[in-house]
Amino acid sequence: MGEFLEFQGVSKRFGPVKAVNNVSFSVKRGEFFSLLGPSGCGKTTLLRLIAGFEQPDSGRILLDGQDITQLPPNHRNVNTVFQNYALFPHMTVFENIAFGLRVARRPKDEIEHEVMSMLKLVQMEDKAWHLPSQISGGQKQRVAIARALVNKPSVLLLDEPLAALDLKLRQRMLLELDLIHDQVGITFLYVTHDQGEAMSLSDRIAVMHSGVTEQIATPAEVYEAPKTSFVASFIGDTNFFDGIVSSVPDDDYCLVDIPDFADIEGFNGVLCYNDKKKAVGGRVNLSVRPEKFGISIDPPRRQFAHMNVLRAKVEDIIYTGNHTNYWVSVGSRRIAVYQQHAGYLLDEKPIRWGDDVWLYWNADNGYMLDDEAAPDPGLGDNVKGV
Amino acid sequence: MTRTSRIPLATTIAILLFFYIPIAILVVNSFNASSTGGAWGGWTLKWYQKLFANEEMWHAIRNSLVIGVTSTLVSTAIGTSAAFALYKYSGTRIQKVHGVVLYMPLVVPEILMGISLLMIFMAVRLPLGLFAIFLAHVTFSMSYVAMVVLSRLQDFDATLIEAAQDLGADAWLTARKILLPLISPGIVAGALLAFTLSVDDFVITFFVSGPGSTTLPVQVYSMIKHSRNLPIINALSTLMMVATFVIVLTSQRQSRRA
Ligand SMILES: Nc1ncnc2c1ncn2[C@@H]1O[C@H](COP(=O)(O)OP(=O)(O)OP(=O)(O)O)[C@@H](O)[C@H]1O
Ligand SMILES: [Mg+2]
Repeated sequence: MGEFLEFQGVSKRFGPVKAVNNVSFSVKRGEFFSLLGPSGCGKTTLLRLIAGFEQPDSGRILLDGQDITQLPPNHRNVNTVFQNYALFPHMTVFENIAFGLRVARRPKDEIEHEVMSMLKLVQMEDKAWHLPSQISGGQKQRVAIARALVNKPSVLLLDEPLAALDLKLRQRMLLELDLIHDQVGITFLYVTHDQGEAMSLSDRIAVMHSGVTEQIATPAEVYEAPKTSFVASFIGDTNFFDGIVSSVPDDDYCLVDIPDFADIEGFNGVLCYNDKKKAVGGRVNLSVRPEKFGISIDPPRRQFAHMNVLRAKVEDIIYTGNHTNYWVSVGSRRIAVYQQHAGYLLDEKPIRWGDDVWLYWNADNGYMLDDEAAPDPGLGDNVKGV
Repeated sequence: MTRTSRIPLATTIAILLFFYIPIAILVVNSFNASSTGGAWGGWTLKWYQKLFANEEMWHAIRNSLVIGVTSTLVSTAIGTSAAFALYKYSGTRIQKVHGVVLYMPLVVPEILMGISLLMIFMAVRLPLGLFAIFLAHVTFSMSYVAMVVLSRLQDFDATLIEAAQDLGADAWLTARKILLPLISPGIVAGALLAFTLSVDDFVITFFVSGPGSTTLPVQVYSMIKHSRNLPIINALSTLMMVATFVIVLTSQRQSRRA
């Protein structure tokens, strides 16, 4: 399948700020593609470059094989759903949606028909003759989507379209967006700083960080196999371990010496899945998600082929019903462990504050990150939100 | 037992009396048959008749209207574009200077404006008269228009323009369909203000009006020197007040619209 929307080495700076820094990626036709990243990482700027409101300093943007870099906004076959909706306050809902068609000088009865079917799609038929000031936030949101979609753009750009809505409404609109995308089959480019939104809607996600795309992959890949420590910590929670390869027993696995665990008696290294093909002496930055750990009072019975087992002390417990979060100390480290309750909890031997426990995980469930350096201290060297 | 204080009510009445008694006396006197105005001489409309028969007065009114309309049109056009420029390029240094320059006529004493305009017109040998008055009026009313339109623009959501372009509209269509409809109340309010200012202006006009080009306020001033004309001026003032009242009311209606 051909690439549909393509960025080739696009950069944009505002004074000293590199808002978008040499970004290259491509979006497939009909894909739901998300740009995910913290505030100020350049998501909106990227979107505005596609819409044509900003010109890149360097690089090219291709749409369906055509170079659109120099095209003014009104000549680009893309439409935007603005963060604040930007509905025309002096026009009715109907006229707002009809605007693009009127500009394109489409026949009157065709306009009528198209707008009506759009109103139906977003379930706003009964509000057609209201002014934007007379409808609610969620309804404005839907009108904004309809106003953009009615022009049958090649790409629909959405800039945090749900940010202004309350949680309940956001969840409903999320489902509706998904439905609309399935119905119209148009390529969606969705900007958000909310990982939940991005994970649940997208076919693929580009994780952005200070103007750079750190990883472009499916939601599951981004979560399970984060490339960098930024991605690992921005999407979900994780534990980072810094270490040095001490031995490479076979092609797939290596033993890693972790300084934080140095004073544990009998510790002879953590077994890691070695997909980066590290040699002895190589630096390793390992990410293990909290839910990948097992924790128990008794020594673990089931043995995996490549299992790491450590002694740990429980420092903190937060029970949340369907799972429990533990913070345990191992060596000089605090590690977050999330346990789902598959069995009936009260039948199990309870784990209490201060207990000595067994901590274990399958070497296959840890993931080596691309960046070898310790993660940015700003992200917290352990787990967000501890 | 609670007793609401009567003081606010009393103050309000006192202030209203203070403002409106002179006007009321003027209005009543315009119907007063006694020409001295000191005593009541019975109802009459003869001052209005005299007013309507006064050739010079009609001439002055015509001048005022001609200048009022033309200077309003021109100053609205210039003031509006100035406001757009200030809005669009706000923050750049040249626009800050522009803003101050535009603001000047609002704060400089009128007499100073009058004298300086007179000096310029003399220097470039522009004959004093209707055209000079027109130029002078444009000079100050465009500042007012610019300020009124600018304040309207500052409430304007700039993403609406991007939204229109995003939907395929070019600059011209965006201006016509989005920008103008949304700020036209501001433009209309500015134009009405410019018109009232022009018709009302005495000081500046006095300096730059030549012989035979008197406007209404200047004419009134010259008539007031003869007491026999006073009742006629009362009649004129009453009519003008009614007219101004109507204009102000319309202007408020316009600017109050969303
Ligand atoms: N017009 C501009 N002038 C100067 N700097 C700008 C401009 N637009 C964006 N920037 C800067 O570029 C960087 C990226 O901004 P951008 O709006 O793309 O971030 P964002 O990822 O959309 O953030 P948010 O999630 O807060 O909307 C920021 O540092 C911002 O300050
Ligand atoms: Mg943004």
